[in-house]
Amino acid sequence: MARRATGTRKLVVTALAWAVGLAIFFPILWTILTSFKTEAEAIASPPSLFAFRWTLENYVEVNSRSDYFLHFMNSVVISLGSTLLGLLIAIPAAWSMAFVPAKRTKDILMWMLSTKMLPPVGVLVPIYLMFRDFGLLDTRIGLIVVLTLINLPIIVWMLFTYFKEIPGEILEAARMDGASLWDEVVYVLTPMAVPGIASTLLLNIILAWNEAFWTLNLTAAKAAPLTAFIASYSSPEGLFYAKLSAASTLAIAPILILGWFSQKQLVRGLTFGAVK
Amino acid sequence: MGRITLSKVTKTFGDVEVIPPLDLEIEDGEFVVFVGPSGCGKSTLLRLIAGLEDVSSGEIEIDGRPATDLPPARRGLAMVFQSYALYPHMSVRKNIAFPLKMAKMDAAEQERRVLAAAKTLNLTDYLDRRPGQLSGGQRQRVAIGRAIVREPEAFLFDEPLSNLDAALRVNMRLEISELHQSLKTTMIYVTHDQVEAMTMADKIVVLRAGHIEQVGSPLELYRSPANLFVAGFIGSPKMNFITGEEAAKHGARTIGIRPEHLAIAQDGGSWRGRVGVAEHLGSDTFLHVNVDGQDPLTVRVPGEAGYRHGDTVSLTPNLEHLHRFDETGLALR
Repeated sequence: MARRATGTRKLVVTALAWAVGLAIFFPILWTILTSFKTEAEAIASPPSLFAFRWTLENYVEVNSRSDYFLHFMNSVVISLGSTLLGLLIAIPAAWSMAFVPAKRTKDILMWMLSTKMLPPVGVLVPIYLMFRDFGLLDTRIGLIVVLTLINLPIIVWMLFTYFKEIPGEILEAARMDGASLWDEVVYVLTPMAVPGIASTLLLNIILAWNEAFWTLNLTAAKAAPLTAFIASYSSPEGLFYAKLSAASTLAIAPILILGWFSQKQLVRGLTFGAVK
Repeated sequence: MGRITLSKVTKTFGDVEVIPPLDLEIEDGEFVVFVGPSGCGKSTLLRLIAGLEDVSSGEIEIDGRPATDLPPARRGLAMVFQSYALYPHMSVRKNIAFPLKMAKMDAAEQERRVLAAAKTLNLTDYLDRRPGQLSGGQRQRVAIGRAIVREPEAFLFDEPLSNLDAALRVNMRLEISELHQSLKTTMIYVTHDQVEAMTMADKIVVLRAGHIEQVGSPLELYRSPANLFVAGFIGSPKMNFITGEEAAKHGARTIGIRPEHLAIAQDGGSWRGRVGVAEHLGSDTFLHVNVDGQDPLTVRVPGEAGYRHGDTVSLTPNLEHLHRFDETGLALR
């Protein structure tokens, strides 16, 4: 009896998990399907799920109207650049917080995280003006700096929790063995934290890739990443759903593929600090 | 040469004074054991010598040179940690070679020393394994190997055997003692286990709450403990303490007599009591005897004793080995 009960329970849980998974994935699936429809079929009611005339015309149209490769490269440079710059700053910061904590370290960490609670639009005008004065508007370097700063609290927090798991005695052993601070970080801490650093890197690339507020507000054409590329296909009137869907599909495809291949690291990254 | 001198060394964490002013002299080549109950400050003291903690005041000299402000890497000491603290991402070979690599020694010499250390410690077959693929005892050996390759002024051991099982612990105890015989390098060893202290040390430092209670050779501490604490801490089973009238007869507040210095007989003797628990070890029997008006006394009888639970016996202390203590707990001589 007990076995039967757990069997049923397992079935229900599995069905529920699939239902939730599909519900989450459905908008993405719908976008991908719509991108292969004609504009007329895209707004047809009732919509058809698969029984429509598959076409690639939206992709052709989108590629002739805008330079996908430029935006793609901008996305790559900005997300990679901001992530690497962020790690460069965050590794020493997380090291000091994890291994030589002071009285207020916890407070500093909380304060760093609290900056993420600030609505970004609150600082849009000052940052816009600074960008204008420094000539950083519509430049990759400007976006790299902004996105680094935006995501830095998360990178520091994630690395901090990973570093915390590394026994301090191992670092002390390195110190006894004659390692300088630099040797300690390069030969001992970083190699031991590789899984943690990898998931931090991946999560941050995704966050930076998907970031839309700053990329839309601070770029126009030259440095615009894929978010701006998608946005350029939404218009107040006319038929644009299919082309918008094609642009979206093109924008999310690379990150979706990256995410698919690094699921393991990502799950660890997303549940950081949850399990000790 | 590894002569280490601590003068007026203190350590405070916030408002808590872990080590009150403390002086200690460790001679070159000595095997010194810091022993005491948990929280007595023995590990902190070791970490102060290592440089892993900064002293709050006082001076540390290594080999006559001031070392108080030197970073751990420049004190010329090697340490073996309780958790072994091996580098999990490196092979045994790289673990052992790490201090040499940090010292920028040339590769051929590194290899020569690693092989020599591996041979001494029976690790030759495991050089290409990772620490995760080794047993506890082998990991401990790697940790020791990493310490000996650099030929330090002194070795520091922080409870190195407490993660090993009992049989292995006895083996490693012997190996470390042998290592000391052959290297003749100063060793400072921290443990809470008085058996380790007694069996390995040239000199034992008994600590309580950061204070040195007594310094001496194992047998000095056994024969003439300076106070009640040392008397109770050194020796197994514990010394019996008797207060009240019986102690007053000997002109003391408390008298102490070790289980091996009590003679047991059917009758006659000084104190009469009833046998409670009898622990048969084969080589010895420990009898816990309930004496009227006193705490139970432990008696050590060599070999197999014929006494059973509930037997009435009589006990006689060997007066030559009777320890007397005054009201402050200090030994009366």
